[in-house]
Amino acid sequence: MSFLSPTSADEAVTAFGDGAGITVLAGGTVLVPAVRLGRTSPETTLFLGRAGLDRIERRGETLRIGAMTTIAALVDAAPEPLATFARHVADHEIRGQATIGGNICAPPGGTTPQGDLQAPLLALDARVRSAGLGGERTESMDEFLASGPADRLVLELEVDSPKRAAAAAVRRPHAHAYTVLAVAAAETANGVRVAVLGAGPRAVLVDPDPAKVLDGLEPPDDAIASGWYRRQVLPGLVQRALEEMR
Amino acid sequence: MKLTVNGVERELSLAPLYTLLHALREELGITSPKAGCQEGGCGACTVLVDGEPRRACLVPLAAVDGASVTTVEGLGEPGSLSAVQAAFHEQYGLQCGFCTPGFVVATTALLERNASPSRDEILEELGGHVCRCTGYVKIVAAVEAAGAAA
Repeated sequence: MSFLSPTSADEAVTAFGDGAGITVLAGGTVLVPAVRLGRTSPETTLFLGRAGLDRIERRGETLRIGAMTTIAALVDAAPEPLATFARHVADHEIRGQATIGGNICAPPGGTTPQGDLQAPLLALDARVRSAGLGGERTESMDEFLASGPADRLVLELEVDSPKRAAAAAVRRPHAHAYTVLAVAAAETANGVRVAVLGAGPRAVLVDPDPAKVLDGLEPPDDAIASGWYRRQVLPGLVQRALEEMR
Repeated sequence: MKLTVNGVERELSLAPLYTLLHALREELGITSPKAGCQEGGCGACTVLVDGEPRRACLVPLAAVDGASVTTVEGLGEPGSLSAVQAAFHEQYGLQCGFCTPGFVVATTALLERNASPSRDEILEELGGHVCRCTGYVKIVAAVEAAGAAA
């Protein structure tokens, strides 16, 4: 077991290499309890807290968000619907610790959905810059999620402000309000994009036509809702988001 | 690694993935942060890290090397309670007391960023803190009283 704490992005990329045997530690809200409970035993831990990846830069209508930017920082700085989704993550303390990079790389939750920011980032057609085998690359959020974050070191995300945006969610209050199902909608340069969280292991883009929303989806049963319930609710939720956007 | 806890610099020789909660309770004997759910869901372990409220059970030691940590023990003492501690005392804002250190620390931070929060703001901002004894009426009253006294 070894522990690496790079002090620059370049050092972090070098330390990550092709990602073999590396477990990335960002904010720690997912990884730390997993280690304590013995669910994972990192061979080599790469801690990004001192790598300077927590900056947000605005260039015109484009926001460049460092992977270690906290979710709390997005509440004020990010365009909609990302800001609303950020505000709904867990609670004040956890939003101050958890990061956007960790959120998009979080494994599917076993009992409740994780990775709440994936949906608004899909709707906004965000780009993800990452390093790993074959060097650095920038790809769309859907390509990133499709190939899986396992062997990539996320460095930065880029989002453009949409023309219009909306969010709609069913949440179940607990100590935190867990997201049962959430819809992010945005009108971008590439048209209207609608993404759903809670209808599968990761967020997915869906057809904005409410009649076709369920095509290809198999919403799961989990501790907070059944797949049947999610199928009943999702078309209406998409419609609500699209109406709000008009 | 070094950690300043309630104004006193401490040296620790623990692996970097150990939690801040473990270091405080098991190594330094500071037991106000409670080991509740230990996965971030109950708020009982909340402490201030460089003035910001954090779940000690989720914070890896690597992230707090050189940081300043404040627990309830650092807020006041018997006979000279902080305004928040005094308000929880006067308003009976506790029953068994297990959740109280987390509430007191989080309330201290809340009033730093918003000196007189509304009731809705209190419920939202302290929403990650769970009391399993009796409910939140007296707790919210204590937070309101502390805000009014500040």
